Amino acid sequence: MSYALGLHLHMSNDYILEAQDLVKRFGEISAVKGVSFSIHRGESFGFLGPNGAGKTSTMRMISAVSQPSSGTLTIFGLDPRTQGPEIRGRLGVVPQEDTLELELSVRQNLEMFGRYFDLPRGVLRERATELLDFAQLSERANDKVDDLSGGMKRRLTIARALINRPELLILDEPTTGLDPQARHLLWERLYRLKREGVTQIITTHYMDEAEQLCDRLVVMDHGTIVAEGPPRELISRHSTREVIELRFGTDSHEGRHDQLAPYAQRVEVLPDRVLLYVDEGDDTLRQLHAAGVVPTSALVRRSSLEDVFLRLTGRTLVD
Amino acid sequence: MTDTLEPRLGWSRWRRSWWYHAKTYAHTWRGSVASTILFPIFYLAALGVGVGHLVTKHTGLVQGQTYLHFIAPSLLATTAMQLGEGESLWPVLAAVKWIRNYHAAAATPLEPEDIYVGKLTWVVTRSFATGVVYTIVIACFGALQSWWSLTLPFIAALITLAFSAPLIAYAATVQSDGSFMTIYRFAFVPMFLFSATFYPLTAYPGYLRPVVQLVPLYHGVALARAAAFGQGAWGALLCHVVFLLAMAVIGVTLGRRTLRRRLVD
Repeated sequence: MSYALGLHLHMSNDYILEAQDLVKRFGEISAVKGVSFSIHRGESFGFLGPNGAGKTSTMRMISAVSQPSSGTLTIFGLDPRTQGPEIRGRLGVVPQEDTLELELSVRQNLEMFGRYFDLPRGVLRERATELLDFAQLSERANDKVDDLSGGMKRRLTIARALINRPELLILDEPTTGLDPQARHLLWERLYRLKREGVTQIITTHYMDEAEQLCDRLVVMDHGTIVAEGPPRELISRHSTREVIELRFGTDSHEGRHDQLAPYAQRVEVLPDRVLLYVDEGDDTLRQLHAAGVVPTSALVRRSSLEDVFLRLTGRTLVD
Repeated sequence: MTDTLEPRLGWSRWRRSWWYHAKTYAHTWRGSVASTILFPIFYLAALGVGVGHLVTKHTGLVQGQTYLHFIAPSLLATTAMQLGEGESLWPVLAAVKWIRNYHAAAATPLEPEDIYVGKLTWVVTRSFATGVVYTIVIACFGALQSWWSLTLPFIAALITLAFSAPLIAYAATVQSDGSFMTIYRFAFVPMFLFSATFYPLTAYPGYLRPVVQLVPLYHGVALARAAAFGQGAWGALLCHVVFLLAMAVIGVTLGRRTLRRRLVD
């Protein structure tokens, strides 16, 4: 017992990446306004946030590509200001766009990229074979990348990021634009990597993806971190257990807030429906019926990360 | 999967970029090899032999040379310039904006300066190789008269370096290729036509000659001609070399910065 506890304490101090008050300014504009976080070895850590929240700028800093304007950042215990090449040699980066060599074959893309890390040819050939298998692309090894589907290109981009056997894999919106089959396959591969001990940092717009993949995550908005924790914990902290979605025909919903407020911890009136945040959805629904409130449709569901996200970052469209 | 095999850090980082460019070319080169060999043959046959026949008939020798001999070195110089243009504008914009493969490279141990130097040295390497092929073709037309013509591949490399270095620097700063066509029309095409390429500088009226001498390609053409004929004043040759080197130095100084700004903000 005490051994296990000791081990746990040791693990929790074993940070692969530590950021303190990171700021990124572009001229007058501050994209990131002082964020702090630490990531454990072996952890899957998520960054959520609307467009323009500062996710991509943060990812570029922790990829040791762009330099923080102020604050301290250590990756593998190294300083990206002076040890960028060393750090990047131990990182795998999956960018938002695939950035593959379209004219070259699948295998050539892997082997040539590996030369950037100065890996010997024999090793690259071996690893490429292994990664082609991992990415389920062995049969397409000699095809031009241009001919691959979107999902295949994405898997190849991830395989390419693994050519140097990175300790830390950084994925910027890994499944954007993929169909459900391709997404699930990717999740399965990422989960396998996690089991093998690869630390992962993921940004995503998909809340189900964040719940699936991340042990812990932060929600960013306007360049700052507005919440941090494991997905389930964030839901219980920032939302109720259940949500009732009510629709009242074509009527305007505006008068409904005051009428429904006594029945829920929080009421949110949207143009097409009303959301009631409650602990026991069916109980509340029964009370509403008893009180003569009859919606045209009512749906009770579990609170999700999406509710937390929208609560924290607002429903207004950000472009 | 996570046992990190120590990378064999033998190759300096810019050489890895050079190698990557070379390898990409090697996988897609077939079309360009044929044109590298055939183009100078067509060109020398049409202009050197064909037009040359007329010139010789009407005016005799040009600067003591047959017309074929006179224009063969300028063919090498203009080709070196065109190689620098072609390799340094669209491919660089594609790499930083459309395909973004330079961004992928910047996420590896390479620094933007490594990518820049790797690209530039690769273009220069290709120019040198093209220079060797052209020198051989020109020799086959009997247009080389001096051992100095062995320096022609180096002159080709120098000309390409002088053009490529600032052009990559520029291409790394733009958001679209709109300006590239303008540069072609109003800089490269006139340079190709008016750098004393097809006739000697003395064909210009006296007041225009200093203007032509400010044109970069003129210095390349003059150098190539001097090497092919084995004649020229040392002072003038030095001036040509310094002019081209200055372009390269300015280009490299700017290019390392612009590519860094583009890739790493």
